[in-house]
Amino acid sequence: MSINERQEEVIEEFSMFDDWMDKYEHIISLGKELPLIDDAEKKDENLIKGCQSRVWLAADLKEGKVHFTADSDAVITKGIISLMIRVLSDATPAEIAEADLFFVDEIGLKEHLSPTRSNGLVSMIKQMKMYAIAYQTKV
Amino acid sequence: MSTLVNHTFDVEKLRKDFPILSREVNGKPLIYFDNGATAQKPQSVIDAVNHYYSYENSNIHRGVHTLSQEATSAYEEARRKIQKYIGAKLAEEVLFTKGTTDGINLVAQSFGKHFLKVGDEVIISAMEHHSNIVPWQMICEEKGAKLRIIPIDDQGDLIMDEFKQMLNSKTKLLSITHISNTLGTVNPVKEMIDLAHEKNVPVLIDGAQAVPHQKIDVRALDCDFYAFSMHKMFGPTGVGILYGKKEWLDQLPPYQGGGDMIKTVTFEKTTYNELPHKFEAGTPNIAGGIASAAAVEYLNELDWEAVRAHEKELLEYATNQLKTIDGLRFIGEAKVKASVISFVIEGTHAYDLGVIMDKMGVAVRTGHHCTQPLMERFGILGTVRASFAFYNTKAEIDTFIKALNRAIKMLR
Repeated sequence: MSINERQEEVIEEFSMFDDWMDKYEHIISLGKELPLIDDAEKKDENLIKGCQSRVWLAADLKEGKVHFTADSDAVITKGIISLMIRVLSDATPAEIAEADLFFVDEIGLKEHLSPTRSNGLVSMIKQMKMYAIAYQTKV
Repeated sequence: MSTLVNHTFDVEKLRKDFPILSREVNGKPLIYFDNGATAQKPQSVIDAVNHYYSYENSNIHRGVHTLSQEATSAYEEARRKIQKYIGAKLAEEVLFTKGTTDGINLVAQSFGKHFLKVGDEVIISAMEHHSNIVPWQMICEEKGAKLRIIPIDDQGDLIMDEFKQMLNSKTKLLSITHISNTLGTVNPVKEMIDLAHEKNVPVLIDGAQAVPHQKIDVRALDCDFYAFSMHKMFGPTGVGILYGKKEWLDQLPPYQGGGDMIKTVTFEKTTYNELPHKFEAGTPNIAGGIASAAAVEYLNELDWEAVRAHEKELLEYATNQLKTIDGLRFIGEAKVKASVISFVIEGTHAYDLGVIMDKMGVAVRTGHHCTQPLMERFGILGTVRASFAFYNTKAEIDTFIKALNRAIKMLR
């Protein structure tokens, strides 16, 4: 599935929520699912410090595709991270580097990517793209 | 508490002066509990900004034309109103700055450059905002001076015995917050100023969080410097005041060079302007300065005793309600507190609580509140902070508690 197809799938999934509370309950439940990252990867090198919440991100390249794992101490941030990973992980470096993440706007979570939230998500996306760009030279 | 009927304080009437308080956020009436970050503005302040740009806009202190003279006298009149409001002896002791941070940096740079030597000491406390830490770290590092930190106890009170022992012949300055932005602790600044003066140590007070809750009197305090921001006392953003005793300001070199702060300039030597202009380089925030007068006029009309009683009631009411929440830990239980409450709740993250409450129209602050060393002292990363102003109500607190309980239920 391409990154854009995955985004359409997330948009479809979120379209069934009528109000913010259902939507946030869904994000929270995504955030509460199993840790998305290996404990060994929760080290300082992988820490993205936001003012409000902390995010850990690790990446590796397997058979030409980038695999991301990440975590956060805030559950809403973590829920959004799980969506980011669903959309971006296991795609080729080129596809990730060029991805336009339109789904965030579409599902009404744009405010979470505003710099004033300072939750580490903007830096995380930037970091995901940096990994992809770096891996492009390896495939 | 509620049996006390005060005819001079009608909160519903006061709320009408603040247009933003009647707006909605996410389809719910706004409940603004982030007053510690910035206070809302009464219509008179908003009108003053508008009036300045509509009818008076021109540069001050230099034009011979009518507009410039009108703007200059309005700006200088604002200075005199603020002088009277804070009880300063002279108008030239009242410097316009960009804000509290700017005022503290001015003292750190000017005082520090002139008076600090290798081995000297500057005292601050463990509850300072970053803006009363970093400027001192910078100048102390440059001068080889030492920064000493008054510790606090678990309730969030300064340990005064430690402070007394810290004062010595090497101490060159004490810079201390009047009220903690995170804990709400009201520090015994008068006592500290007197103790410091016994050792001939001048004192700078960071008054950013004090000015919205009380009318200050710099002469009664006898502080040497007092820095605050107009935007936290219901005035415009981008304007602050640094009060300094004339005998100190006269001794300090200018902080920034430029227009307005000079007497004569040649490439060989520049002579500086008189106080207060010596410290006010460049075109200032004229609209903000003039609108600050409107804020001070508004505050002059308030019954401050009634404000104090009302805020105390809000603080007690909210504290008692929060006590009923399972797993809630207060950060800051000082003996004397302003209407600021910080807390953490077991099994939830402050950021998540803030996001959910925002959806319900409740604006609180979450995070470390620019006091990271203080967070470390309490072994936490951040708190939720609700800070009340005189225009807040008990009914708003009820809604806030409901929103908080709902958020906890969603998150746990």
